[in-house]
Amino acid sequence: MTKKLITPSTTTRRGALKTLGLGGTALAASTAMPGFIQAQSSAPIKIGFQVHRTGIGASYGRWYDRTSQAAVKRINDAGGINGRMVELIPEDDGTDAKRGAEVIEKFATQSNCDIAFGTLFSHVVIGSAPRAGELKLPYFVVSEGHHVASGMLNRYTLQPGITDVKSQVQAMAPYVASNLGKKVCMIYPDFAFGHDHRDYFSAAFEAQGGTINAKIAIPPTETSFTKYFPQIPRDTEVIYHVMTGPAVLTFVKELGEFFGPSRPELFGFIDSLEAVDIASPGLEFLEGSYMWEGMPRYVQTNQSEWDKAYREAVGVDENGASVSDPRDISTYAHMFGCWETLNIIKAGMEASGYQGPADRAKLIEAVEAMSDMAEGMDHPQGAKIFNGKTHQTFGHQYITKVEGGRMNLVHTTSIEDTLYEDEVDYTTQSF
Amino acid sequence: MDRALTLHLAIIAALALAFFILPAYHAGNLARIMVLAIYAMGYNLAFGYTGLLSLGHALFFGAGMYGLSLSMQHLGTPTLPALAIALACAAVVAGVVGALALRTKGVAFMIVTLMFAQAGYLVALYFSEWTRGEEGFVLPQTMRQIAGIDLTTAMGRYFAALVLFAITLLIIGHIVRAPFGRTLIAIRENEARATMLGYDVQRLKWIALVISGTISGLAGATYALLFGYAGASFAAVPYSILPLLYVLLGGAGTTLGPLIGAAFMIYLFDLSADITDAYMLIAGVVLVLLTMFLPQGILGTLRARRFKWLP
Repeated sequence: MTKKLITPSTTTRRGALKTLGLGGTALAASTAMPGFIQAQSSAPIKIGFQVHRTGIGASYGRWYDRTSQAAVKRINDAGGINGRMVELIPEDDGTDAKRGAEVIEKFATQSNCDIAFGTLFSHVVIGSAPRAGELKLPYFVVSEGHHVASGMLNRYTLQPGITDVKSQVQAMAPYVASNLGKKVCMIYPDFAFGHDHRDYFSAAFEAQGGTINAKIAIPPTETSFTKYFPQIPRDTEVIYHVMTGPAVLTFVKELGEFFGPSRPELFGFIDSLEAVDIASPGLEFLEGSYMWEGMPRYVQTNQSEWDKAYREAVGVDENGASVSDPRDISTYAHMFGCWETLNIIKAGMEASGYQGPADRAKLIEAVEAMSDMAEGMDHPQGAKIFNGKTHQTFGHQYITKVEGGRMNLVHTTSIEDTLYEDEVDYTTQSF
Repeated sequence: MDRALTLHLAIIAALALAFFILPAYHAGNLARIMVLAIYAMGYNLAFGYTGLLSLGHALFFGAGMYGLSLSMQHLGTPTLPALAIALACAAVVAGVVGALALRTKGVAFMIVTLMFAQAGYLVALYFSEWTRGEEGFVLPQTMRQIAGIDLTTAMGRYFAALVLFAITLLIIGHIVRAPFGRTLIAIRENEARATMLGYDVQRLKWIALVISGTISGLAGATYALLFGYAGASFAAVPYSILPLLYVLLGGAGTTLGPLIGAAFMIYLFDLSADITDAYMLIAGVVLVLLTMFLPQGILGTLRARRFKWLP
């Protein structure tokens, strides 16, 4: 049996006239309404940008903003996404959960954004994500919280551009156990952020054969810490500290006064010292201590060409400060997440042939289908593995040592060090 | 039907109609405004009608929010029983706080209520294993329904907010014009005189604070239910200041002032944010001007100058 590949023409005079008429009408319409036709094909893709302009997250927000603007400029300079320019629609969330949800509603129902993007502080993300899910607005977050991978949120919320705290913390354990000591005393703020560190690190460290000899929880309103230091056991080899907020300067100063010149090794997370000059008065005691960094603030001897180009694009000098003001220290360990997330959004929109809000589900499926992300200009922090089921990315972590008022890289973890069992499969949820 | 009740019913009808007229964004805003207006109405009963300047109502808002959300999250309690638990939590907390704080007056009362609220906030942080502290947690979408009505849809959310707002408004409207409410106003105006007339002022103030706290708890529970999130930031100091601002702007001691004040504040921030990044400055200047030129609030000034019958 053969297929008839060419059907005989059945054109009639009436049909030809109808076709010509329709074609003429379309031609006339395109001439008479060029703006309308143009708007359908080249209107910018609107990305609602939830940003901490005010509130406790303002120093992060300032640099998230600069990084995102630089990333969008690069995307637009290269021709945009699917031939359309990208427009960021920034809106202050006040680092507040209620305002964050309001901003998401504004993006979805007033600004007519294609997607939402942002933000750092977990309570804003968790307060906003339910509304994003209900409004069916893809919400790409740069929060580093474990809330995405824990399964708490929904299919519309993804974190493809920055690793989460669980993977960061557990990846530190092998280095600490092998190089700094086997007996660790943990000092952490007595709320969820500190509890995450306590739980994830102690489990990972004990798996390395180490011992947590004390867990000292500091009340969140505490302003003086000296009274807690006698609780540090005498045989402590490493103090693991994750204090947050402005009190961190007092914490470090009082710790220095308590121990004097002979102290255990110190290991901490950079989070509370982001946007703070490590050479600030009062931080001298950190000399010789170790820090987690998502991306090293200071230019390292093995600097990649991608880091160099990324710094130049965002306007960051070799010390991690603004090129226009050396006192304006960046949040370098986190803000790369904005750059990388926007590039992932671009890749997802191109893979899904995204044209408008009707393609939002396709966009999410396209991002869920991603896995290996190679280091490069789109991913200057390093290679990553994205887990489409948990909507969470995994990547290298960096450990630096404070030496001579700067932080020098001493260890880079493997991606495998950061992996853990899936806790959710968002792909089983319907759109 | 008297004019006050007619006005209340007309406002409720107008709000019902607004859902079908307003664009989606403003309808969503109005749902949130109604929930916050419930909170401010509760606060107004204590401050506007009884003269109790509390700086700790976030504790009651938080008690309601956690009463509902923790029971739903950890015990799987259905919505209506969870709402009842929330109201009971807020009432008990308000009862205990009232019994202690009402031993003080004036500035001391403000400080004591502030301290209680701060203690409540720290408790929420401390028990982060259950509350997830400052991060908070999400209420599953599937649980957020009443009698088969999905509260996560725009219409379900709006009309749930409207029903609770309407019930609260009618109850408050009734209370403040009943002998009990009149007595509260008498206490606000001259406590010593009310005492001399034989009223048990302490007991009446306590009852007013318990009702006020319970309504505030209803607002907290409603927020968690309709917007799917509970977190410690809602029990922090700023959320004790917000209802005070709503009431002062709208008109303390007016039944509709809280609605006007909440709407004004939310749109003041929202619209000024569209103009400049320094929207806090604009909002601050507007608030100062309002305080200078309308010291009794919007509805309070209208009542004083023209509409004496306004409830």
